[in-house]
Parts: sequence; structure tokens; C-alpha cells
Amino acid sequence: MTRTTGAARLSRALRAPEATRGNALPAGAWWLWALGLAAAASRTTNPLLLGLLVGVAGYVVAARRTDAPWARSYGAFLKLGLFVIGVRLLFSVFLGSPVPGTHTLFTLPGLPLPDWAQGVRIGGRVTAEQVVFALYDGAKLAALLICVGAANSLANPARLLKSLPGALYEAGVAVVVAMTFAPNLVADVVRLRTARRLRGRPTGGIGAVLQIGLPVLEGALERSVAVAASMDARGYGRTARVPASVRRTTNALTLGGLLGVCAGTYGLLAAEGAVYGLPLLLAGLVAALAGLRLGGRRTVRTRYRPDRWGARAWLVAGSGAAVAAAMIWAAAADPAALHPGVVPLTAPVLPLWPAAAVLIGLLPAAVAPVPPPASPKDSEEQS
Amino acid sequence: MIRFEQVSVRYEGTDRPTLSGVDLTVPEGELVLLVGPSGVGKSTLLGAVSGLVPHFTGGVLTGRVTVDGRDTRTHKPRELADLVGTVGQDPLAHFVTDTVEDELAYGMESLGLAPGVMRRRVEETLDLLGLAELRDRPIATLSGGQQQRVAIGSVLTPHPKVLVLDEPTSALDPAAAEDVLAVLQRLVHDLGTTVLMAEHRLERVVQYADQVVLLPSPGASPVMGTPADVMAVSPVRPPVVALGRLAGWEPLPLSVRDARRRAAGLRERLARIPLPAPEGPSPSPAPPEPLPAPAAVPPTFLGRLLGRRPHTAPGPLPDGDVTRVEGLGVRRGRVEALRRVSLSVAPGETVALMGRNGAGKSTLLTTLVGMIEPTTGSVLVGGLPPSRTEPRTMARRVGLVPQEPRDLLYADTVAAECAAADSDAGAPAGSCRALVSELLPGVPDDTHPRDLSEGQRLALALALVLTARPPLLLLDEPTRGLDYAAKARLVGVLRRLASKGHAIVLATHDVELTAELAHRVVILADGEVVADGPTRQVVVSSPAFAPQTAKILAPQEWLTVAQVRAALEAPVPGEPTA
Repeated sequence: MTRTTGAARLSRALRAPEATRGNALPAGAWWLWALGLAAAASRTTNPLLLGLLVGVAGYVVAARRTDAPWARSYGAFLKLGLFVIGVRLLFSVFLGSPVPGTHTLFTLPGLPLPDWAQGVRIGGRVTAEQVVFALYDGAKLAALLICVGAANSLANPARLLKSLPGALYEAGVAVVVAMTFAPNLVADVVRLRTARRLRGRPTGGIGAVLQIGLPVLEGALERSVAVAASMDARGYGRTARVPASVRRTTNALTLGGLLGVCAGTYGLLAAEGAVYGLPLLLAGLVAALAGLRLGGRRTVRTRYRPDRWGARAWLVAGSGAAVAAAMIWAAAADPAALHPGVVPLTAPVLPLWPAAAVLIGLLPAAVAPVPPPASPKDSEEQS
Repeated sequence: MIRFEQVSVRYEGTDRPTLSGVDLTVPEGELVLLVGPSGVGKSTLLGAVSGLVPHFTGGVLTGRVTVDGRDTRTHKPRELADLVGTVGQDPLAHFVTDTVEDELAYGMESLGLAPGVMRRRVEETLDLLGLAELRDRPIATLSGGQQQRVAIGSVLTPHPKVLVLDEPTSALDPAAAEDVLAVLQRLVHDLGTTVLMAEHRLERVVQYADQVVLLPSPGASPVMGTPADVMAVSPVRPPVVALGRLAGWEPLPLSVRDARRRAAGLRERLARIPLPAPEGPSPSPAPPEPLPAPAAVPPTFLGRLLGRRPHTAPGPLPDGDVTRVEGLGVRRGRVEALRRVSLSVAPGETVALMGRNGAGKSTLLTTLVGMIEPTTGSVLVGGLPPSRTEPRTMARRVGLVPQEPRDLLYADTVAAECAAADSDAGAPAGSCRALVSELLPGVPDDTHPRDLSEGQRLALALALVLTARPPLLLLDEPTRGLDYAAKARLVGVLRRLASKGHAIVLATHDVELTAELAHRVVILADGEVVADGPTRQVVVSSPAFAPQTAKILAPQEWLTVAQVRAALEAPVPGEPTA
């Protein structure tokens, strides 16, 4: 009896609550999860594993996305992924590839090139091996993109800003406002193209694009200026009075720190400077961080309801990290399974343990708060 | 609270100051209404209060503007942010974040308020403006009225002492406008906020104002006084005031309630006059508009040869109606924007489409021009299905002036715009220019369309659309941002077009315009037609859609001041009055 109620209580506690502002997952958790999946995808070219990864990301998106405008970007990223695969195939077919192969599919008329263009080939023999190789390679890139798309549609990118240090926040807002420029531009183009129709002109063609280009840019610029005015009137960029000495120290620390980072990185990469490279890099980083921290004193801004890292956030982020870790380990332990052979063409097999590890990525679909059902009437129309 | 001392503003590249010699004091805790024809510098005056005008827009401001003792010369807009809240004409241009709750908090975050305070104020503001159930919604998915309320809320949370609003109700349907005004009144009464706002739709706001500032003409110094005093001399006035002036009521009434109390005598007198003027549905002798050059005139060019020429021929109207819509349904994604809509419009008829924001008015208009394909049902305009007909052909059957007339304008001079319209429509050169001179007298050929005022731009867009002489003319929210003079001119133009046999369909929130112009009113709600009938029948009984004159003279069915004036003056039985 006690056990059943205990189990019931447990299952109630485990069931994901409905999402509200209060229990929203931090955007960072979603991004960590997605980057974990992406890191896993970057370790394999096995199409079955890649497909599984994309499927996992897609399932979580389908289960947990809202109907906010940014949540609709997943489809666009899927298409982008397919496009990438297509381009990769096309290049491989027309420009050839270094992969040796024996199964000739067809032969394209080759274009003789002069000597100085050695190593470049146009047309010629197309083998099954090279096509398969290109396909695997493209699929890896596509899977990466799709994972990023999943993060983008699950977490509002603007909310990532909330986790920036104070000194960078204002710059971040400016970037976000600038980024809304692009979707607005697209909306304007659509509106003006339909307006062309009203004047009885064809809506397609280069002429149409040229003619509406200027009004579109003008409109976008006007809107940006209006948003800037509104931000200014609402206190964007207010600063606190800071003693001149603090200001000077901030500048010195930031500038010096960045220089240190540059020099340190150069040292690390340049082989002969490896001795002083690392310490310089670390010192530069510390100085830059201190500068940022000190710079934060100038901003008066506070944060409204910052997202909290709770158990669910840790689970979401952790599941992504677990997938990445498992895949990295598997890549080291059994590289053959993750990179199915191309040169003797073999059918890829699904390695059991890595596949099981990928499924850990499904965890957010169970633990993340459920977005409320779509509002019955989404008044997108304005009249 | 707000003091203007000898303020003049002149923008670069203009030959005369936009504002000059403004001396003005707005006391604390008052709702002050700024009125005047378009182009007299209302927005400039409002911008000067928040400091945006010299600091952000450029231009030269002489004199002194102080708000609560802070001089805008030495304080930038961001340093006035805790004192002045500003909402511009377009709420969408105001938003910085993308969800309602973040937007409400944004201003407070900039000011560095403590998290606990912010949380409390956001909750209070959500309740004050009735936004609680929208708190997590992305702003882009809200309706116009909701967006306007969010914009006001977002400047309220820092608890400014002064609120500056530029046309807060122009884009709203009557009900949403009342919501917003009720909120403003509450702020003034309960919190002692000083509100300064400009608004063209005086019939909505004048009764709430404590004082009115009138800018009679560009560069003239403002007149400030009680609403009744200023309305007595104002060139812009709402119907209730116009009726009061006509009837000679002494303290001018400002609200329907005041006017009704005094209207008993007028009602009695009007009761004796036969009946409201003969309601003019369609002047029946109107011929169905000689069809504009159907296929004969089009300029021959290659695409035309391949085009669907046979489609151009079967133009004639099936049974006299210009358009016929039957059982129309339109879906966008999962949203049914229109359901089972049926409508037909006869030549010479003017139909007003009304309904709250998002009821499907714009969708219906865009379906009629063929930009949206009907999901179910049929649409015929001039005998053709608009979504499957070439734009060029369609433009001769139906013309739409969109909500934002500047969308139609691409060229950089009025003359170039006209030439383009002539060649688009295949009309003889100069026919557009003739229309422009008729609708918009006194605009030189080399004016840039963007330099025109709101009303002039509308007239230009109308002329461009009319160049193809479409028998059916559609206008989407044509009076937004127009002052009374521009509106009267528009009414005149549309009347003339209707009498020439053009059928006109307007989507509008403006009940006064509907009363003045429409023969028939169609009310849409949630994508369905809920009322369709002669204006008088539909409008008089509805509290939201009745014009002020109808409300004042209630049991009798007079719709406009002009009707009353005509009735009082023309027939001799009564005695003439002032």
C-alpha cells in the first residue's frame, strides 16, 4: 500500500510539468544538449548512426517545441541539411574525388586542364565508392546542422543573451536587434511582391527583385532607426558613474588581456613558442575576464527572472554530454564500426552500444517541461 | 510637469520651422490631448518631451523643454527614461524583446531596478492592462490591440511620471480602443500620471481629456484650454461637437451622454421632418461602368503572346454583380481565417467591412484580388477567378489600396510613378497624371512619394490603382492616420467614384466613415459574416459600430451630421436656426 502510493508520488514527481516562465529550461541547457549531439555526429560517418542522431533530435523537437516563430526554424534546417548533401554529391561527381574506386557508375565527358591546374579534375569517371564517400561526408555535415537547428527551435536564441556577462549584454542586444533585420527583410519582400501584383505586374523575375530592392532596404532601415529610438527612450545604454581610475584599469585590463590571448595563441600554434604560449594565453584570459568583470560595474542593468539551472536542466544538458562522451569513447575503441568502409564497399552495420548511447539523447523528451498546447487561434493576421 | 518655453524646432533641409514659439505648461496628473491637422508638428512636439527630437532625430531646437525640472538639452532620452514613457505610432517598431513578459521588464532592466521590484511591477502591470493570459506569448502573434496594450505596459513598468502617446488608438477597432483609453484614464485617476497624447480620432478621446492643446496650422503657436473651449474654435472636431455647433448648444457637449441630455429639443424637431434622407443604396441608374479597355489596349510584348489570352475575353458580368463570393473558406496553417463567407457587390454600391482586429477583413480583401487562393467555395470578380488569373488582367477588374499605401509606390517621383501606372494599365499616357491632379491637387511632378503626407500618399496610391479603371475598388483601412480634412476629401472622392458606377468595398474600424459612405455594412467575426444589411439597420442597433450622431439621436435613425444639417436646412416647414 505504502509502496503503491510511494510509486504514484514518484511517477507524479517525474512526469514533466507544463512549461511556464518559472520552470523554463535555460537556453544554455538546450544548446549544450544540441552541441553534445552535434559533437557525437562529428565523430561518425555511419549513416545509420547519423540517421539515428537526426531522428533523436527531431523527436525531441517535435515533443517539446512551442509555436513561437523561432520554433518553426527546424524545417528550414532540415532542408538546409538536404541541400548540403546535394551540393557535396554534386561536387564529388563533377570535380572527382581522391577516393580510389573500381565500381564505375558512369563516365562524364572530361575537360582537359592545363598543367598548372594539376590535381583538379572536371568530369571523368564516377565510381560508386566516391559517391558513397561523398554521401557519408555530406550526411555528417547535415546532421551537425540539424542538431544546431534543433537547439535553435527549442531555445529562443535571444534568451541565451541573458547569460552573457553584464559588460557584454548591451552589445548582445544590439546583435539580436540586428539579426531581426533579416526576417523582417524577408517579410518586406513578400509584402512588396504582393503589392506589385496589385499594380498588375508580374511578381517574379529579376526586374521585380531590382525594383522592390530599394524600397525594401529603405523600409528595413527606417524600422531599425525606429527600434533604436525606442531603445534609447527606454534607457538602453544608461551607465553608472564610475571613477576614472576604474575606467582606465578596465581598459588596460581588457586591451592587455586580449593582446595576451592573441600572442599566446600564436605562441601555441607557432611550435617554437610553445613554452611561453600557454602561460601567456592563460594570463591574457584572466586579465580579459577581470576587465569584463570590472566593466560590468559601469552598467546599471539588472536581470528580470533569469532562468534557473534545476535538476531538469542538468538532465537535459547531461544527456547531450553523455551522448558526446559515449561516441568519442566508441570512436577510440572501435573506429571501424563508426566509419564504415568505403573502398571495399561494405554495407554499414548499426553498432549496438553506440546506438544505445545515442538514445540517451531522447531524455529531454521526457524530462523537459511540456509546452502548453497551441492556442486555438493564433491571430497572425493583422487588420 | 512639462514646460515648453519659446520652443522652436527646425529640421535640416526645410525652409521653415516645424514648430515655432511654443509656450506651454502641462500640469501634473492631467490628460492632455494634442490636436490639429496632419503635418502641424504634433509628433515633433511629442518627441521633444522625451528628448528624442533634438537628440535622436537631428534638427535644431531653440528654447527650453523641461520635464519635472530636467532640461532635455542636458539630458539625453536614456536619462529621461525613468521619467517619460513614450509610445510611438507603430507599436511593432517599439518592441525590443520578443515575449510579452520580457518586453514589460525591458525598461526596468535598463534602469537597474531590483529583481523583486521588477517582478512585482510586471505582475501589477499584467493585471492593470488585462494581459495576464498573454504573458508567455510571442509578441509577433498578438493582435493589434493587444500589441498596443503591451507597448503601453512596457513603458508603464518603470513608473514614469509622464506618458507620451502618438495616436494610440488609430489602428484599433472600437472595442480595443476603449480598452486602451480606459487604461489611460485609470492611470491618470489612480496613479496621477501625466498623459500627453496626439490623436486624430477625436470622437474616441476628446471626452477623456482634461485639457486640449490645439496646433491650428504649421508654425502657429498652440492654443490651450478646456476641451469645450478649444473645440469651439478647432478646425478639427468630432461629430458630437459638430452636431453641438450645428444645434447651437452652449457649453459644447463632448460626450454622447452630454449631447443626449441636450438633444431632446433637436430630436423633437427632427421627428417632424419626414424621415432621414432617402437612404442611397446604389444610385440605381448607375450603368455597370464601361469596362476598361479589356484586351484591346494592352501594350504588345512578348510574354503577352504566350499569356492566357482567352481568359481576357470572357469579361462581362454574369448578372450585374461586380463580384460574387460564395461559401468562401480560407485556411492558413491550422487557422481558418474565413468560413462560409458569401457576398456579392453590385456596381455603384459601397460596402463597409467591419469587425474586430483579426476578424478576417484583410484576408477577404486579399482573396478578392487573388493573392490568396480560396480553400473552399468560389470567388468571381468580373466573371474571373482572381487567384487563377494573370495579375495584369486582374488589375483591370479589381484594385486594392493596401493598408500601407506606400507599398504600392516604388518610383522616386510622382511623375515616374504615374508613367509606370499608365504603362502597367495600358492606359493612354497622362491618364494617371490626370487622376492625380484631380485627387491630389497642387502636388508637383517631381515630389518624392515619401515626402507626401499620409493622406496625399493614400490619394496617390488610389490614383495609381484607378488608372486601370477597375469596376471594383477595395480599400483596406483607408482612414488610418488621416485628419478630418483629409478624410472629408477621401469621402468626396469615393462618393464620386461610386456615382460613376465603381463598386467600393472598404475594410475599416472607422464607424463615422462607414456612416458617411457605406450603403451596406458587412460585419465579420471570427471569419464568418455575422451581419449583412443596409448601413442604417446594421449600425444603429450596435453599441460598438453606431456613429456618434446615431447614438445621440437614438430612436431616430440619423447617421451623420451632414444628414441632420441637410434635413434642418433644406425643407422649409421648420424654422431655420443658427
